Amino acid sequence: MSTAADSSRVADAARKVVQEHDPTRVPTREFLAACFDAGLSWVHFPEGLGGLGVSRGLQSVADGILQDAGGPVPFALNPIGYGMAAPTLREHAQTDELKREWLRPLATTENIWCQLFSEPGAGSDLAGLATSAVRDGDEWVVNGQKVWTSLAHRARWALLLARTDPDAPKHKGLTYFVVDMQGPGVETRPLRQMTGQAEFNEVYLNDARIPDAHRLGAVGDGWRVAMTTLMNERSSIGASGSRRGTGTIADAVSLWASRPDLHTPVLEDRLTKLWLRAEAQRLTSERSRATATVGGPGPEGSVGKLVGAELNQQVYEFCMDLLGPEGILYDDYTMRDMERTDDWRGPLQQRFLRSRANTIEGGTSEVLRNILGERVLGLPGDLRADAGKPWKEIPRG
Amino acid sequence: MADQQDARPFVFSEEQRELRTAVRRFAADNADEQAVRRLMESDPGFDTKAWARLGSELGVLGLSVPEEQGGVGGTLVDQAVAVEELGATLYPGPVFGTVALAIPALVAASDGPVRSELLGPLVEGTRTAAVAVADRAGAFDPAAVTVQATRAGDDWTLSGTVERVVDAAAADDLLVAATGPDGVALFAVDATAGGVERTPLTTLDLTRRQATLRLADAPARLVAGPDEAERVIGHALVVGSALLAVEQVGASQHLLDLTVEYAKGRLQFGRPIGSFQAVKHRLADMLVDLEHARSAAYHAVWALGDGSDDPALAASIAQATCSEAFARIAADTIQLHGGIGFTWEYQAQLYYKRAITDAALLGSAEQHRARIARLVLDTASGDGAPAVATG
Repeated sequence: MSTAADSSRVADAARKVVQEHDPTRVPTREFLAACFDAGLSWVHFPEGLGGLGVSRGLQSVADGILQDAGGPVPFALNPIGYGMAAPTLREHAQTDELKREWLRPLATTENIWCQLFSEPGAGSDLAGLATSAVRDGDEWVVNGQKVWTSLAHRARWALLLARTDPDAPKHKGLTYFVVDMQGPGVETRPLRQMTGQAEFNEVYLNDARIPDAHRLGAVGDGWRVAMTTLMNERSSIGASGSRRGTGTIADAVSLWASRPDLHTPVLEDRLTKLWLRAEAQRLTSERSRATATVGGPGPEGSVGKLVGAELNQQVYEFCMDLLGPEGILYDDYTMRDMERTDDWRGPLQQRFLRSRANTIEGGTSEVLRNILGERVLGLPGDLRADAGKPWKEIPRG
Repeated sequence: MADQQDARPFVFSEEQRELRTAVRRFAADNADEQAVRRLMESDPGFDTKAWARLGSELGVLGLSVPEEQGGVGGTLVDQAVAVEELGATLYPGPVFGTVALAIPALVAASDGPVRSELLGPLVEGTRTAAVAVADRAGAFDPAAVTVQATRAGDDWTLSGTVERVVDAAAADDLLVAATGPDGVALFAVDATAGGVERTPLTTLDLTRRQATLRLADAPARLVAGPDEAERVIGHALVVGSALLAVEQVGASQHLLDLTVEYAKGRLQFGRPIGSFQAVKHRLADMLVDLEHARSAAYHAVWALGDGSDDPALAASIAQATCSEAFARIAADTIQLHGGIGFTWEYQAQLYYKRAITDAALLGSAEQHRARIARLVLDTASGDGAPAVATG
């Protein structure tokens, strides 16, 4: 449980950072380094590793002060790093030296992180992945193809899940590593998506070598380690802004307000339903934050991801229906890399097309409903054709 | 002493958790399904002795009544905890008329002998009340008042008809809005007085009764004059909307628990039906709807207590969300139970009828959405709208 003393300790530390490193004057990296050194990057982490060892719920106290003073939203600058790599490294990296060596430049955004999980043959059934890692003395040799890797072209480090024992059942033969994206044997190619842009990449691993010291968790324990990453991914995707009417719904409401000539009662009720759904989800996120005990995010985070993804699609479908014939134009299908600047989401039609991915990326809505059904409600699992079989005997394709 | 404040939104205190356990135990002992069925088919439709124990022993009928008015000085959140648990079992009794509407109305009215005299027995559970005010979508509309008040010296008499008054048939006291020479005021009428005729109606939900109230020169006492009646009634309707929402949450949670257990135990094709994704995903959607309803309802009770949101907007968000969620969860409960869910003997029908009834009381989800549209969309700014590509 968080105490008032912890809360004021976090607030004091945040005010001190802001005072000594005015975020409107010093470079972003210097400011974020000061935040890390003051234990404000992840307040629930241990001291010395970017935290203060206090309740996770107090992060909002720090973020409020830092961002009110003009500080950046670090998650936006290094999303995989902050949202997924940091909790995984903190829990599973082999030594405190390595944790510190990775976490500090991650926090300053000097080192961008990406994750090498999905493969052309392993999406929802992630545990069926085929990329192999074979031990060679103090190193591992990795071969395979990964896909849907955002930020791979800018990343210094990647989280990798690879198969180290093809004779074991699929969940048991996986091991988790940190791989150097700039090392030999790692090739990154942009992957063009339906918006025309290349927001993601394919990554080819050809005899890439990883020191055993960069293994996270035990050999064969990769699935359990990956759960740390994935639960954090879902809750970070699902976490919505805390002010009423912000987030994607703001696009629909402001578009509505700017086009009174297009109003009809039917469209108005449709928009009100969307606003209400967004508001109920916002209140649910607030309630979940307020009642969170110490510890990582649970399967309840899946509610936010599920609702947020479907809502995004409905919001942009509404906008397109509001605009009618005006909406069926586009700006530019020239392929280009996505840089996450202020207006990276592009014009409305691009946001509309992009939203189709929301119910697929980070766990499809179908998988999320299974998680809610099985892990929250305790319903029995589906029959599995691959249960207990050695991975190499499971039909693939 | 000032009334208590609930410190953090959405976080229940230890005392509130104990209160929840106590009410749940009382409801299990006094209103299991068999008792609910027996009471709904008898008169007056609830166990008056058990109701009095709810008031005197548990003290949960007027939890947010301030100490100086003879209450325990709790908060609306305390009251909501109790109402949620009573809702979970469809507790038969005048929760809506007395706890959700009449007591909040009296608390909001100015101090006076009439209020003092009425409030004590309602909180104690020795008398019950109904509120005969025709609302428009959960809001007060003086133009909708159908009763006339006539003054003769210090005495008042009321004449007129109010349709479909919940909990009126068994009530001892009736709070009636009536139009007098100076405008609309709120009056108290003793239900046994001359000139009061109550016609019980057969309701869709047998556990929540209604009656048509006809007044012909019925003697009445003034509770809130024209200067404050609108505020008093408005307050009662907003508080009633929030409490109705938590009742909807309590009943919805019961149905989800019930249906999950059924899906785990019911075998078809040699497997629990809950292992089929078509069933599992519907249950997951019920969970999401319930979580949203719970958040919206709790937000309303906390916001009405600490003033952190526009009361009308918070109440409408709660009613629009909870009415729809409860109705859908109740319908899905029937569907996922298959044939048994449609029978008279199984409890799903009782909850479905309550869901439909609750959705229609104090404004439908659609009416509340219309209000939200006025409050939110009509005042929205077009600044910051995303650019639209023009080819």
